[in-house]
Amino acid sequence: MNRTHLKERLPVLITTSVFVVMTLAAGLHFPNFLTLRVLGNLLADNAFLGVVAVGLTFVILTGGIDLSVGSMVGLSSIMAAKLVSSAHIHPLLALAAPLAFGAFIGWVHGILISKYGLPPFLVTLAGLFFCRGVALRISHESLQIDHPFFNALTGWSLSLPGKASITVPTVVFILTIAVGMWLAKQTTFGRTVYAIGGNAASARLMGLPVSRTLVLTYMLSGLCSGLGGALFTIYTSSGNAISGTGLELDAIAAVVIGGTLLSGGYGSVFGTLLGIGILGVVQTAITFQGTLSSWWTRIVIGSLLLAFMLVQKGIESAANRSRST
Amino acid sequence: MKRLPNWCWPAIVLAAVLIFNLVLTPGFFHLEIRDGRIYGSLIDILNRAAPVGLLSLGMTLVIATGGVDLSVGAIMAIAGAVAAGLIARPSETPFAGGAPSLGLAAPLALVAALFCGVFNGVLVAILEFQPIVATLLLMVAGRGAAQLLANGQIVTFNAPGFAMLARGATLGLPNPVWLLLIALLVFNLGTRATALGLFVEATGSNPTAAKVVGIDARKVKLVAYALSGLCAGLAGLVITADIQAADANNSGLYLELDAILAVAVGGTALSGGRFSLVGSLVGALLMQALTTTILTRGVTPETTLMLKAAVVVLVCLLQEPKFRESFKRRVRA
Amino acid sequence: MASLLEVRGMGKRFLGVAALENVDFDLVKGEVHTLMGENGAGKSTLIKCLTGVYQPESGTTQLSGHEIHPRSPDEAVRLGISTVYQEVNLVPNLSVMENLLLGREPRGPFGIQWRKLQKRAEAAMMRLGVEIDVRVRLGNLSIAHQQMVAIARALDVSAQVLVLDEPTSSLDADEVAALFAIIRKLKSEGIGIIFVSHFLEQVFEISDRVTVLRNGQKVGTWSISELTRLELVSQMIGRDATELDRAATLEVVENSGDPILQAKGISKRGSVSDISLELRAGETLGLAGLLGSGRTEVTRLLYGIDSIDSGSLQIDGSQPSRYRPMTAIQKGIGYLSEDRKGEGIFPELSVRENIVILEQVKCGWLRRMSPSRQKELADDFIVRLKIQPPDSERAIQFLSGGNQQKALLARWLAVEPRLLLLDEPTRGIDVGAKFEIMSLVESMRQSGSSFVFISSELAEVVRSCTKVIVMRDRHSIGTLEGDAITESNIVQEIAGS
Repeated sequence: MNRTHLKERLPVLITTSVFVVMTLAAGLHFPNFLTLRVLGNLLADNAFLGVVAVGLTFVILTGGIDLSVGSMVGLSSIMAAKLVSSAHIHPLLALAAPLAFGAFIGWVHGILISKYGLPPFLVTLAGLFFCRGVALRISHESLQIDHPFFNALTGWSLSLPGKASITVPTVVFILTIAVGMWLAKQTTFGRTVYAIGGNAASARLMGLPVSRTLVLTYMLSGLCSGLGGALFTIYTSSGNAISGTGLELDAIAAVVIGGTLLSGGYGSVFGTLLGIGILGVVQTAITFQGTLSSWWTRIVIGSLLLAFMLVQKGIESAANRSRST
Repeated sequence: MKRLPNWCWPAIVLAAVLIFNLVLTPGFFHLEIRDGRIYGSLIDILNRAAPVGLLSLGMTLVIATGGVDLSVGAIMAIAGAVAAGLIARPSETPFAGGAPSLGLAAPLALVAALFCGVFNGVLVAILEFQPIVATLLLMVAGRGAAQLLANGQIVTFNAPGFAMLARGATLGLPNPVWLLLIALLVFNLGTRATALGLFVEATGSNPTAAKVVGIDARKVKLVAYALSGLCAGLAGLVITADIQAADANNSGLYLELDAILAVAVGGTALSGGRFSLVGSLVGALLMQALTTTILTRGVTPETTLMLKAAVVVLVCLLQEPKFRESFKRRVRA
Repeated sequence: MASLLEVRGMGKRFLGVAALENVDFDLVKGEVHTLMGENGAGKSTLIKCLTGVYQPESGTTQLSGHEIHPRSPDEAVRLGISTVYQEVNLVPNLSVMENLLLGREPRGPFGIQWRKLQKRAEAAMMRLGVEIDVRVRLGNLSIAHQQMVAIARALDVSAQVLVLDEPTSSLDADEVAALFAIIRKLKSEGIGIIFVSHFLEQVFEISDRVTVLRNGQKVGTWSISELTRLELVSQMIGRDATELDRAATLEVVENSGDPILQAKGISKRGSVSDISLELRAGETLGLAGLLGSGRTEVTRLLYGIDSIDSGSLQIDGSQPSRYRPMTAIQKGIGYLSEDRKGEGIFPELSVRENIVILEQVKCGWLRRMSPSRQKELADDFIVRLKIQPPDSERAIQFLSGGNQQKALLARWLAVEPRLLLLDEPTRGIDVGAKFEIMSLVESMRQSGSSFVFISSELAEVVRSCTKVIVMRDRHSIGTLEGDAITESNIVQEIAGS
């Protein structure tokens, strides 16, 4: 019986201790690491990824997957940039448009998955290519954005002691985490997401709106990746169709490292925040180190993901063994 | 009644596309022989379809077991980086310093690709990870590894002998076409002259029943993923030899979808079971014929990407009984 | 008393075959009405028609005097008919209180009101007299407690009729007692309960009335006090126990040598316990017992699909180290599953491939059988077993059930096993095919093969077995040999009288 308890708690426990140990190790190794400024930058640098990962957390909690998030970020950023620079639409509207488009793509995904029973990976893989195609169609080149309101958004920051600061993406990220936690814990939608991940057939027999919730989940993921793209645009002050390439793995890694089981049903938005923290620390540490190249980040993240998947497998089989005896 | 093979539909569509071009694209069917080599749009389609065709052979086996391999594009990049590294010996890479080893380049690149395939196979067959997640790992981390092997550069080289692999011709036909034909022959022999094909189909068709009759599904899956890796390695070599460079970021990018699409269009169900290697090849040719047609009609390549995504979804929907039923109902109503 | 639920003339066909024919059934307030019947008798079809999973083609259903036509389980629940299945249909990863009230939880301006939710959940469990912490995850509870949560959820929507579909199958004695206490409490509150079970003792303990179905038709409804166990079993099996004392006369093959297979006290937790048996060449061992008595579980252990927890399993006098289906095949042991679709056929593959696959597995993947050899083998069996249509290249999914079964039998005959485990080989197939399969088994036995045979049709067991082990509640309760193998003896053993 305690083993099943373990199944719930152990992933988060491991994640928390890995986060603490890694942060402390980096702090000991690099003297300037454990400062408010570095941690603030860590949040700002990963805000767009974090927002994407929050949406993805819900999808993975249902036992599904969304591979389209990375190219949605690229589409979102180029779309916003194009709307501002060519169509001269107010940045606020231009940033909102990709959100709506993301939700629409998510709606299509959800319908194909829940109504026609197509495998999520296939539908969202097609979505990945579709979004990238649309993005490249809008523009091959990187587009700079120059607009007073937009510059104000990019430039705004709240100064904290220790040369630290909070930027717009950071604020949005923190808000998204809060809303995500509320959705997951306090709403019927969130609890239904968990129920679907636990046992979709049972959830249906319990009279829960499984299909509707699945569609909403993929819409939420599309919305979040659209928002992530908007934040990326603010973060870089430009739009680029190929930004976000391979981001899906980073996002999946953050979710899984955060203790959400890929088979669905167990996990939390807070865990995803920790997962983002671990990825951020890895990235920052590699930058601090100086001699290691950026692609090391990718390899380290891949290895971390593999390690956590192995741990999950171990916990699962231990839990199964304890149930059958 | 003699049943038609399941690849007849894509073959008919392929014929339709060709006829469309026959009517609307002047010179599409024009073939000419220069320097003992045949040139023309048709040969061009065959030649350009070779990498996806190679990928689709391995992908067919993986999909027939009920899985999928998303990492083929990244494996192509790894194979390309290894081959280019061994030939060019660029500084600041793991290959720096040694003499150019032309003879070793291709075999070692294939070994690396095979290793990647086995890695996927172990994750899926032994550790029982979902195929999507297991192969997604290499799909993205694999590109990191390829960049590491090339130290983030685009490794160029000048090795006419190696380039012959993609640019040369034998008996009038480009070498990639020969490579593809030989691979098809080997795969067909390997699966149909042994019992491997039957075991793959049984595993994908009903895993529980396969267990009851004593088929070792783990072994079957391991072999399928390993072969898929090997095919990706071959495809990577062809592309690297063609451009005489290895670009870790772009080599084989998005080709996994093409390969999956070729397999699905070729009549192999994505849920596993019955497969047809010839069908997948016809599927790959159809895709390339479409792409070539789109390009010759002056439409941008991005549109191809969108079109392909739409076609994948459509093909899968048509395979899905649920959709066909509701479609029939709507038609009747 | 007026009927709470009244079914008249209900009928349902699948692909032209009647699963339920002109069945009447009624339930009054505060009674436990048990449904009994063997495989394919129509119990589950009747329940699914009542609960909106299927739509019956004929007949009427009245609930408290009003005609109802539930179109989905959801609608049935709203009408007041709730069902609790053997497989608890709740989600293990959420808390008990959420499983009780998900979809109907109290909400405030800030979302779900957890305190209120907890209070309501506690009240719902108290109604059943069950004290558990409603905050723990459902998966952490025993199956028995999970079932009680399922019942509480069913009741929370003010059910008038509660269907309990084999709720006791995975419970131990104490848990069954607790469940029955709840059922009695609900009875006293005036809820009508439809109870499905294969366990005779339980049926006699809790039921007020029993309705027996056989082959989709109603055999009769009795008040439990006017029935004996023997009568009940006779009704289910369709034989009058007193009339059937003809012993089957089977030619006994000279017992040749050592046992092929010997099981000593094999058990698997949660499955069967302490089963011992022995098989020699030329023997057919019958496993008799009602559905759920553990017959199938035994064959799965003997073939190595499931592994045994304790006891010993010897083949040719030695104990294999790691016993798996492949080991069994190599030792000449075969297994024809009762689950033709799930564990038998490869639907998209041809009849030829479905037949030759085992022989091919034995050859290994490098030594492929030549196409002509495959065709020869398949065509040979198609002729011998009269498989229709006689087309070895047709995908097996397009064959009728009987012909699929013949092809699966052919798969095993092709490798000439010494011992074949047959789990309900004749179920759901037509009379002609049944006869053909059973004559083939008998002629093979006479030439020295041996079989383990499971069938719900006692006549078949009596006709073809040289030895019968009778099972009840996942134990073997007796062995019959020679002249003692009669239907009445078996029925009496099963009934425990």
